[in-house]
Amino acid sequence: MDLDYFKLIDRIVDLNLGERTIVVEAQIPEKHTIFEGHFPGFPIMPGVLLTEAMAQSSGWLLLGVLKFERMPFLAIVKEAKMRGFVSPGQLLTIEAKVEHEGSGFAVTKAKGRVGKELKCSAEITFGLAPFPDPAFRVHMDAMATKVGFPLQALPHD
Amino acid sequence: MSSTYDQIANIIAETCDIPRDTIKPESHAIDDLGIDSLDFLDIAFAIDKAFGIKMPLEKWTQEVNDGKATTEQYFVLKNLADRIDELVAAKNAGTGA
Repeated sequence: MDLDYFKLIDRIVDLNLGERTIVVEAQIPEKHTIFEGHFPGFPIMPGVLLTEAMAQSSGWLLLGVLKFERMPFLAIVKEAKMRGFVSPGQLLTIEAKVEHEGSGFAVTKAKGRVGKELKCSAEITFGLAPFPDPAFRVHMDAMATKVGFPLQALPHD
Repeated sequence: MSSTYDQIANIIAETCDIPRDTIKPESHAIDDLGIDSLDFLDIAFAIDKAFGIKMPLEKWTQEVNDGKATTEQYFVLKNLADRIDELVAAKNAGTGA
């Protein structure tokens, strides 16, 4: 997890495009300035970052479903629930599934766990749009390699 | 008025927190009810789920932008209900939508 660059997902553990599900891992850093303020003497991951981690997990899933032809942009977060504290050094495992793929939008449900303990969940809606800049697409390709996106899993026309 | 219309009106009332009695068959979702594109995503999700369809919002938008259709054809609620009935009929006939 690289909090400074807002890259919250470390690796894709499983991607099932048939079932439209993904499992990713995100290692919470032991130290970061965020934890100095949130909170002194009781460092925990902010709920907004857990929500963003669920959104990024869903985003990788949707990129796979969309064959990297369109980019999912966060639009709506519903029922975001922070069910337990997530602390520095813990390994967060997030699973997401596509709930619905509409015309120009998609809805996912995501859950984050530490071990078997459910820590957070949300229903997330994305607007789906063409990449606004070719450099953006190139960057996402590079990021895909970095997080272990199984590009061979993409369906071929 | 069709039950399709009633379902749509109920979805809009609940999703956008608009009093149900202010929603009429002649209401334009955008011009009269002030529904913005983000709220319409929520409405589209609820309608897709309720009717088991995929409303072709991007196709409709393109047709309006190209001058091949008017927003009234798709976003006046009684017309939207007709479009949804057509999509459901096409789905049931196995022709896709």
